[in-house]
Amino acid sequence: MIKINNLSKIFKSGDAEIRAVDDVSFSIPEGQFVAITGRSGSGKSTLLYQLGLLDRPTHGEIFIDNLNATELSDNDQTRMRLHALGYIFQDYAILPSLTALENVMVPLLMQGLEERDAKEKSIRALTRVDLADRMNNLPSQLSGGQQQRVSIARAIGHDPKIIFADEPTANLDSETSKTVLDAFLELNREGQTIVMVTHEPEYSALAHRIIELRDGKVVSDEMNK
Amino acid sequence: MPKKQGIFEKLKIDLRVGFFLAKRELQRANKWTTSLIVFVMLLTFLNLVVVSGILVGLIQGSLDQNKKFSSGDVIVSSFLNRDKIDNSQEVIKIVENLPGLRAYSARYTAGGSLQAGYRDVLLKDEKPNSVAGQVSGIDPIKEDGVTNLSSLIVEGSYLEPTDTESIVVGSFWFRKYNKNEFPGLTTFSEDVGLGSRLLLTINGQSKEYTLKGILKSKVNEVDGGMFILDSEFRKLAGRSDYNLNQIAIALLPGTDAKVAKSALVASGVDENGRVQTSEEAIPQFLDQIKTTFSLLGNAISAIGLVVAAITIFIVIFVNAITRRRYIGILKGIGIAPRAIVVSYILQSLLYALIGAIVGSILVFAFLKPFFDANPINFPFSDGILVATVSGTSVRVAILLLATVIAGYIPARIVIKQNTLSAILGR
Repeated sequence: MIKINNLSKIFKSGDAEIRAVDDVSFSIPEGQFVAITGRSGSGKSTLLYQLGLLDRPTHGEIFIDNLNATELSDNDQTRMRLHALGYIFQDYAILPSLTALENVMVPLLMQGLEERDAKEKSIRALTRVDLADRMNNLPSQLSGGQQQRVSIARAIGHDPKIIFADEPTANLDSETSKTVLDAFLELNREGQTIVMVTHEPEYSALAHRIIELRDGKVVSDEMNK
Repeated sequence: MPKKQGIFEKLKIDLRVGFFLAKRELQRANKWTTSLIVFVMLLTFLNLVVVSGILVGLIQGSLDQNKKFSSGDVIVSSFLNRDKIDNSQEVIKIVENLPGLRAYSARYTAGGSLQAGYRDVLLKDEKPNSVAGQVSGIDPIKEDGVTNLSSLIVEGSYLEPTDTESIVVGSFWFRKYNKNEFPGLTTFSEDVGLGSRLLLTINGQSKEYTLKGILKSKVNEVDGGMFILDSEFRKLAGRSDYNLNQIAIALLPGTDAKVAKSALVASGVDENGRVQTSEEAIPQFLDQIKTTFSLLGNAISAIGLVVAAITIFIVIFVNAITRRRYIGILKGIGIAPRAIVVSYILQSLLYALIGAIVGSILVFAFLKPFFDANPINFPFSDGILVATVSGTSVRVAILLLATVIAGYIPARIVIKQNTLSAILGR
């Protein structure tokens, strides 16, 4: 499903080079729930941005379904994000002027679905995250947990091959975090590939596999016992 | 990934998503901000249409008055190299049978002088109390039927068919009405007024007349003219051949002056004199001023258009910059940049469209009828608002085009920024 070869992301600060991701290689098969962990500044979010095609690596290659995504143009990467990838951000990143339902509908409309079909599909996604009753609310009328569930519904609404989640519970209380993680587990049970960045050991423990980063390098890559 | 869509399919989706986003943005935007932007667009539209419309209308008003009080809808006059209209009485017969004719006035004209106090002995180097201008011999009833000259009397009264001893003179020759001081200007002394005895001289022949009325308008031909009965003119100027200098023709409402002119030409009138519609008989300088004012109006409109485009640019740019993260998220979830740009263009288009619609209603339902009924009292014309549907449509199209460009550029600038940087706000 995903294969990365010698991936590096180097930032320059004056004459100094900061290797946020340093020569990382691994692959993730379909259906796996992977947790990327590490301390703050270890490069886990940067790695996720490269995997999610939100940023371009300095070196290395990312293959998604045997397609070298690093060679794609910006427009084709946007298309791939639309069709194959789902992204859940730490701060939810939902659009403030759209209702919960409309937030989920936008990518579906972009895929070419008619508004009625997009609406039906969005309602199904919102129902899965138990938010159908708040679908006509604007983000400002939803709690943090509800907003994150909108973000999840948006990420799963268009049936992506892989979901990337960047510290999805960082801004949530423990009870809400549990709800969000339960949603992830359920999705994964249905065969959804999930790559989640977290620095909480108790949440990474829920994943099949834990990849730990330190100073941009993979220091451990183990299946969860 | 699914197969790439065709250009039209992509465009359709971009438009649909752009419309979806734009509609929600406008629905949930601050109502005051939206109203303010629309108000700016309305002012821009009015600047585009009304400023140039008033400038052109200022001259158009003058031309309309020239038509109303002097030339009529169609005018037959002598050829430039001829003194009179040949076979005038034959021409009159043709005119009388012209389809759509409302009224006509046959005029004799010639240069003449009018002297007051001619019995007084002049001192050495003293200037005679006289003026020189165009004298017209008219049938007062027929002339009134065409130009409603009697309505322009500001002192005294209009000529009657029996006024063989009277003259009506334009206000230009009286100090009271003409405050000009330009070199060479001659007016009557201030003691000349109604009842004054004036000696009219045409072609060396003179006769005394009593000043019966003074005419005042904003038409040079009237203000600078002197009017006596046609029978008197013929006697004084020796026009025993009855050949005329002008025939002013007024048409029934709805009759096309060009059609009437064609009918006269088809009847051979153009072999005896020049046949012109009122538009064609416009003095060249007036025509040039009209063109100049039109250019000036367009220049002012162009400045207004640039200001409007910059306004839209700033509005969209500020909107896009402050929503950099919003745009980043949209790109992050796979929304094509084109669709995002379309949403901004649609927003700016809607602002301009509402401004143009409200502006058009204001112009055609209120301002134009108002200025038609209450012309602006300029010193040399009664200015109206010239706004045609076709001209206004062109201006609306220009405004919308400028808006599209002004909406596209800032949206494009912001869209080009790095997606991740936009999302993370760095």
